[in-house]
Amino acid sequence: MSTQKQKLVVVGAGMASGRMLEHLFEVAPEAYDVTLFGAEPRGNYNRIMLSPVLSGEKTFEEIVTHDEDWYRTHGVTCRFGESVTGIDRKAKQVHTAAGETAYDKLVLATGSAPFIIPIAGKELDGVLVFRDLDDVDAMSKAAEKPGARAVVIGGGLLGLEAAAGLQARGMEVTVLHLMDHLLDRQLDASAGHLLQRELERRGIKVHCKAQSKAILGEGHVEAVLLEDGTVYPADIVVMAAGIRPEARLAVDAGLHVERGVVVDDAMMTSDPDILALGECAEHNEVCYGLVAPLYDMARVAAKTLTGEEAAFKPVETSTKLKVTGVDVFSAGDFSTGDGTEDIVYRDAARGIYKRLVLKDDKVAGAVLYGDTADGAWYFQLLKEREVVRDIRDRMIFGQALAGADTDPFSAVAALPDTAEICGCNGVCKGAITTAITEHGLTDIDGVKQYTKASASCGSCSGLVEQLLAMSLGDDYSGAPAVKPMCGCTHHGHDEVRKLILAHGLKTIPEVMQALEWETPDGCSSCRPALNYYLLCAWPGEYVDDAQSRFVNERHHANIQKDGTFSVVPRMWGGLTNPNELRAIADVADKYQIPTVKVTGGQRIDLLGARKEHLPDIWSDLNSAGLVSGHAYGKALRTVKTCVGSEWCRFGTQDSTGMGVTLEKLTWGSWMPHKFKMAVSGCPRNCAEATIKDFGIVAVDSGWELHVGGNGGIKVRVTDFLCKVESEEEVIEYCTAFIQLYREEARYLERTAPWIERVGLDHVKEKIADDAEGRAALSERFFLSQKYAQRDPWAEQAGDPGTRRSYSPLRQKVIA
Amino acid sequence: MSKSVYIGELEDIPRRGARKVEALGCDIAIFRTGEDELFALEDRCPHKQGPLSDGIVQGRGVACPLHNWIIDLGSGLARGPDEGCVKRFAVELRGSAVYLGPLIGNEAAPEASLAVEAE
Repeated sequence: MSTQKQKLVVVGAGMASGRMLEHLFEVAPEAYDVTLFGAEPRGNYNRIMLSPVLSGEKTFEEIVTHDEDWYRTHGVTCRFGESVTGIDRKAKQVHTAAGETAYDKLVLATGSAPFIIPIAGKELDGVLVFRDLDDVDAMSKAAEKPGARAVVIGGGLLGLEAAAGLQARGMEVTVLHLMDHLLDRQLDASAGHLLQRELERRGIKVHCKAQSKAILGEGHVEAVLLEDGTVYPADIVVMAAGIRPEARLAVDAGLHVERGVVVDDAMMTSDPDILALGECAEHNEVCYGLVAPLYDMARVAAKTLTGEEAAFKPVETSTKLKVTGVDVFSAGDFSTGDGTEDIVYRDAARGIYKRLVLKDDKVAGAVLYGDTADGAWYFQLLKEREVVRDIRDRMIFGQALAGADTDPFSAVAALPDTAEICGCNGVCKGAITTAITEHGLTDIDGVKQYTKASASCGSCSGLVEQLLAMSLGDDYSGAPAVKPMCGCTHHGHDEVRKLILAHGLKTIPEVMQALEWETPDGCSSCRPALNYYLLCAWPGEYVDDAQSRFVNERHHANIQKDGTFSVVPRMWGGLTNPNELRAIADVADKYQIPTVKVTGGQRIDLLGARKEHLPDIWSDLNSAGLVSGHAYGKALRTVKTCVGSEWCRFGTQDSTGMGVTLEKLTWGSWMPHKFKMAVSGCPRNCAEATIKDFGIVAVDSGWELHVGGNGGIKVRVTDFLCKVESEEEVIEYCTAFIQLYREEARYLERTAPWIERVGLDHVKEKIADDAEGRAALSERFFLSQKYAQRDPWAEQAGDPGTRRSYSPLRQKVIA
Repeated sequence: MSKSVYIGELEDIPRRGARKVEALGCDIAIFRTGEDELFALEDRCPHKQGPLSDGIVQGRGVACPLHNWIIDLGSGLARGPDEGCVKRFAVELRGSAVYLGPLIGNEAAPEASLAVEAE
């Protein structure tokens, strides 16, 4: 027996070959020395999830399926970014620019190439495709230009996902589609038109029956001209008119190639030492583009490589469109013909359309728009060729009603074990429930790990959750990965913030509508959070909703246990003067303030003010130049200082001056939670800067910056961020840090837990290491300050209507 | 018999908000929901007497500003695990005018104080 391992060369590092290698290493980890070539300069990632990366809902890191560690652990020699230029079948070698690599077995997984329609101007700069991460980067970059316009050629799945993504990035998007209606291969005309209406409602222009004639421009794309003379101006043109199997290597090597590389049931090409799989392969005259059959090919190819017998059998596939908020499902054949019958359900007001096509009392096709919950069930009936005579009068209303069962899990409980849950990975219900019991799985991550269900496009994660809930009963605690904001939604904080930006949602009702809030107007947890997220996302544009603010922020004072309020005017850097003190004393007398106290933040608190007196108190304080101290807000509170070099014999810098400067720049800004700062003039740190959200300690040679301190329930000492020299730098680092916190922390998360969650390295990377990013953050902060720095006391007291709202209504006597 | 007193206009009460009224010898909170329904409850949370009129109105409920008890506007009962009940009053909208009526429920209606105040 030879101890020499066989050499396996794989050309193409995409999803099909990635899955094949996984299977191969599972069964025979020691069988081959694997060399993996990939034209892209990176390893395998979940290509079908590029759409959410484009729309900004996911990051690239989130969709990587095999990282460096994985390749290293499995001993794969990675040759990424290196194109294979030829195959010498006699010598059993592949050629690249770097030389020859020998193989015993060769696997071609070269995927497909976007089809570029042969029209004039197709070679201009700005003509893009949507295939890999570089394309996504190019599109995102084009979207950065304000008012940029994109034309997408092709209204199929890929084209629409590109269009939605580009629109989410702020581009003005037009989709040109050759056929009568969108997604003509997946949807019938009715559903296609509903989809078109929805996309148009979101601001995407759709032009069907559009025959492109030429792309116009000199050097760079400027417009697209149609046969009918219409011209659409464009900064980029995205070709999404279809894909072609990438089979050139196989052609050159003399393998049997038709549309794709021809393979038999075992994935073997016309050369027994060469296999092909994925989008480049052709099996029984069919080339596949959906992930489910490709994964089946991967399983078969891995078995063939280990000498096991296996055969690829094409199965029915179903599709879903991955555009957030648009639910589309289709499966089977829905063309009307001899012997077919239609069952159609429409609810135009709710935008729901369902159509089942029956043939010989069996489901032949299903198209669902707007409500796709029963897609899995119809697909199951279709695949099993079940006779549906007995339920046909009810089946359009869904499985729950067809069975007249109101158990929340009835739909999924009623599925047989062979029902497919995850279409991408071909995982059926039985496999999932078995894995849950056998491995004691308790969450969706476990299910992903053991079965791969919901590990690709994720659209079945809801079903997987239901299976977990059903199998575990009371032991199931839900998906810990994403904790919902509150009982009103299943979305988590981070998700909601991303979607607000991605969809350009600009009011609370809009967010609740688009993200399908489950309560009519939210609750006391989610409304203040949404109000803040919108305020942070759209400075100057979003109109604050007072009724979504907690009482303190609505009345600009702190409610006390007896329903009275406390009033704290701002004292810049803790400085005050006789005039201010006199005004405070006068207010305390005039309004019979029972308690006057010095706060921990170096200012004065007037406790026990009656609500109806607040506007008068503010007017009096305003006339002495005193403004709101925001002591009641999730906002910049105080900048505590010591006396510094101006008076102190140890002081090294003017800490008081620095504190005043910072407070003048940052007051009025709304934050996820309260935010406190301090500046100490020397390392003795009398201002206690190392338990503040942002603390500054002066040293001889500059300023040390500290972040994430907290003196609350759980005391946390700051982390050292970095040291800077000039006042300008302190200002830039400080405002950039605040903005990062404003944009990334969840509502009601102080800087301390936020930093513990994201890690200090992340903050350092963004603030200390990235000069450009830091400047941009700081700039965004100052932009939002332009609209935030208004004294709310003056605003409230200055408006007669608002003033009145602080007093109770009184009954009027009517004769 | 039911007597109602005029207390103000609908626009005096913010939508998804409330306004305190001094009437019938106590503080009463008039709530206006997102759907423009009106409710009147005594302005005292059964927990620690927080002013419900300063709370956040959500659907047909209000979150007390002191400790976030949720009081059902329709029944006056605390929701969830908390137990407590607030006095309810009749309130009605005639055109754009808001009229406050007597106490609803089993407790004796403060007819006397109404008469005194209405003088």
